[in-house]
Amino acid sequence: MAISRARRNRMAELGAHVILLTFAVIALFPVLLILINSLKTKKAIFRKPLELPTSETLDLVGYSTVLQQGNFPLYFWNSLFVTGASLCLILLFGAMAAFALSEYKFRGNRLMGLYMALGIMIPIRLGTVGILRLMVATDLVNTHWALILVYTAQGLPLAIFILSEFMSIVSSDLKSAGRIDGLSEYSIFLRLVLPLIRPAMATVAVFSMIPIWNDLWFPLVLAPAEHTKTLTLGAQVFVGQYSNNWNAILAAMALAVIPVLILYTLFSRQLIRGLTSGAVK
Amino acid sequence: MELEQDLMVSERKKKPLRWHVLVFLAPAVIIYTMIMILPLAETLRFSFFQRDTTTQVISFVGLENYIKLFFDPYWVKPFLNSLWNNCYFFLIHMLVQNPIGVLIAALLSMVHLPGKKFYRTAIFMPTLLSFVVVGFVWKLMLSPLWGVSKGLMKSVGVGSWYLPFLGKEETALTTLSLISVWQFIGIPMMLIYAALLSIPDEVIEAAECDGVTGISQFFKIKLVLILPTIGIISILTFVGNFNAFDLIYTTQGPLAGPNFSTDLLGTILYRTFYGQQLQPGDPNMGAAIATVMFFIILMGVAVYLFFIQRKLTRYEM
Amino acid sequence: MKHYLSSGIAASLLLGSASFAFAASELTIESWRNDDLSIWQETILPAFMKAHPEVKIRFSPTAPTQYNAALNAKLEGGTAGDLITCRPFDGSLDLYSKGYLKNLQGMATLDNFPDSAKGAWSTDDGSATFCVPMAAVIHGFIYNKDAFAEVGVEPPKTQAEFIAVLDKIKEDGNYIPMAMGTLDQWESAAMGYQNIGPMYWKGEEGRKAVVAGTGKLTDDGWVKPFEVLASWGPYLGDGYEAQSYPDSQTLFTLGRAAIYPSGSWEIAGFNRDSDFELGAFRPPLPAEGDSCYISDHTDIGIGLNAASSNSEAAMKFLEWMGTKEFAELYSNAVPGFFSLSKHEISLTDPLADEFISWRKDCQSTNRSAAQIVSRGTPNLWNEMWVVSANVINGKQTPADAANQLQKGLSAWYEPQMD
Repeated sequence: MAISRARRNRMAELGAHVILLTFAVIALFPVLLILINSLKTKKAIFRKPLELPTSETLDLVGYSTVLQQGNFPLYFWNSLFVTGASLCLILLFGAMAAFALSEYKFRGNRLMGLYMALGIMIPIRLGTVGILRLMVATDLVNTHWALILVYTAQGLPLAIFILSEFMSIVSSDLKSAGRIDGLSEYSIFLRLVLPLIRPAMATVAVFSMIPIWNDLWFPLVLAPAEHTKTLTLGAQVFVGQYSNNWNAILAAMALAVIPVLILYTLFSRQLIRGLTSGAVK
Repeated sequence: MELEQDLMVSERKKKPLRWHVLVFLAPAVIIYTMIMILPLAETLRFSFFQRDTTTQVISFVGLENYIKLFFDPYWVKPFLNSLWNNCYFFLIHMLVQNPIGVLIAALLSMVHLPGKKFYRTAIFMPTLLSFVVVGFVWKLMLSPLWGVSKGLMKSVGVGSWYLPFLGKEETALTTLSLISVWQFIGIPMMLIYAALLSIPDEVIEAAECDGVTGISQFFKIKLVLILPTIGIISILTFVGNFNAFDLIYTTQGPLAGPNFSTDLLGTILYRTFYGQQLQPGDPNMGAAIATVMFFIILMGVAVYLFFIQRKLTRYEM
Repeated sequence: MKHYLSSGIAASLLLGSASFAFAASELTIESWRNDDLSIWQETILPAFMKAHPEVKIRFSPTAPTQYNAALNAKLEGGTAGDLITCRPFDGSLDLYSKGYLKNLQGMATLDNFPDSAKGAWSTDDGSATFCVPMAAVIHGFIYNKDAFAEVGVEPPKTQAEFIAVLDKIKEDGNYIPMAMGTLDQWESAAMGYQNIGPMYWKGEEGRKAVVAGTGKLTDDGWVKPFEVLASWGPYLGDGYEAQSYPDSQTLFTLGRAAIYPSGSWEIAGFNRDSDFELGAFRPPLPAEGDSCYISDHTDIGIGLNAASSNSEAAMKFLEWMGTKEFAELYSNAVPGFFSLSKHEISLTDPLADEFISWRKDCQSTNRSAAQIVSRGTPNLWNEMWVVSANVINGKQTPADAANQLQKGLSAWYEPQMD
């Protein structure tokens, strides 16, 4: 009995591995294909796309072309700074607004909630001309702040939407206890509520980070200058410029992918911990 | 409870203006209003105007753009075509993305599973890629020139099934929907995974005491508990799908070929608003399309909020 | 708390804008030719700055698919560059009528160009010219000379010979007869329909008849090229329906395909990427003895942003564009883009020379959808993309395709209304 149960468990585990491995391979294969082929000669890319580079087919010409033409470390820094700053603002301001909306009853509360949710439904790209005019008027064109402000505005609706869902299930006993202890509303927010909704914050961070990091449109319109160019925009220039220089394109793609991979492996632990640990109880 | 009553009472007593509420709301409301709402409102206002082609004067035309959009066959046909394509695009997402997301998350949440971290990272990876990369790599893999997909299909014995998937009217949209699912599967997977992990142990223990275990436990207990999460995922997918355009634009070009079979609301809007080659951009008509899209999405969200979300019981955890 | 937060944000906002303030003293050229970035950086602009050391100038290209959208947004927001690369005809006329481009009428530089060239960037009545013409591109077929020698075929002159050549290459089996795909659709319209079409609709004569309303797109001359396109499918590579434009280029430069239907703008890239000898032949005549028409399309010019704060320096550049020096420099740096100026220039690239030699025996014409007839909805040029791809894919008959174009045009274009 005990043995057969153990065996059944092992079978289930094996099954799980098979399924997960299949999905993992499907997910990784295209990316690996880019990485592998970015290291090969043009002929080898076409003759044997699935083979690893050998000493004969190894060729780094794509990377040298790309690195000569663009300042990828700078682009990377720009992307990192813009994404990081936007995320901080989205999380902070989003949590504050979500707290106000879910915690206090005031006139127009529901209306305000709906107003903030409008932004989820309409792509901010449609307001490009107005945004550009605003940035010109405030002299923010070709600065990081133009992008950061736009991304913050773009990220806030979803952040507030998700965070207020979570805020509403934070136990109210805790907050009343805090108030009885004489904590100010600010301290209740910062010290009691924020730590409790960490998982939700991580969710919002993931949701908001991806479209910001990968956005092509606003960098193109608001900050196309060399010193503010983001990684995605930098890589896109190469795709256009070397429409059939496969070495250069694959290398540019790889250069766009690798930093994201590194970032993700650095932060994934925090992300998962945030998502799962200390689930609100 | 008590506190709420306190607050209600105090409100009636006309407590002085609560500054902290303002402070909490102000930064978000100001940034959001200035940078999102006002420019968007300006754009929507355009939809009631039109530029005269000879005098170049922009004047108020009332609902003319909308009338054109709904009654001129050269507008309404492409519009309905893209609306239908969009519904199909969404349907494929719901049918493929949610079940697979649940399956992966359920497997990942198994208590003893070595290699969990690897699987999680790998499957989440495509979500981190930009549309430029995703469009490029799939176009490449499916391209007859490189022959990667053909070769792979041959190696598993289905070489004869190979088609130029992106180039056939019958298969292009389905293929793109699946590529989009491939790209975004990480998000539902993560959210469902987190939801599964945050189911209180007591609930599971209680179920086990009642003899509900294994697969039936999953369907009878866990799945019910994560339904609200699946609801949120569905509505986010809906909004995302009805705004989608990047993937189509990078793989199929601005005319969303072949024969407009992959045209979505987003692509038709972008083309109209900004123009394409010899088609001059028409921000006024574009704004009208954007407004209609906005109402379509609003209706979808309303249906969710008022009919579906209410039926999903929320468990305070 | 509130204080710290808001003042902190305000301070960082100020800091941000101050430290990244934009240097405005430099002229910027907006362009979609990102392929040519290094040519402008290394050859053309240094030559200009040598003659005008007081002017600083920068070439700032955007990917072609985003050029229109990004340029429009930047023009409306007032952040576009001083010099704007102009697409021909209605593509730029629209910018001029919205007041974004300056009227250049009266500038001495324009005297260096024939009226036919200026026509692409003038108002319908010819009263204003808003871009300095830069170059035209010529359609034709580029072929792999080694492959032709191997198979034992000669460049064809007539349609019948063309089909015979394709058959022979197909029979030989070593090469894909033609490198072309229908995924991007515009290949089918530009490199297919507009490439071979002028021979059938008789160039300008046919084009002007449609503009005037005396000719219809369902006339024989407009249906025939579709019939020719319909016969192309079997000669294209496997799965050509999912083959993109860069795929086609690669297929040809890797030496896997024998013929590439396209035009002179490919020359620079092909010279760089291929390791076999290249040749070119013009679109085949419908029948022996027919007169010859080629698509010699005024493709690219440069105009002055009306809002430029540095228009004096920008004018210097536009004046320089009319010189022989520029014409020679540009035509040779970007072989296949032929200067539109009246100057006699010599081309060093043999392939480019071959293309331009066709002007001697053939009459030039512009792409048929470029002027006036693409101003309404449905857009004729977009429709041409779609139906041309459909015809090659076998999804639409030539007659159907022509009908759809005519019906669409007559829906809004008065001279064509019944």
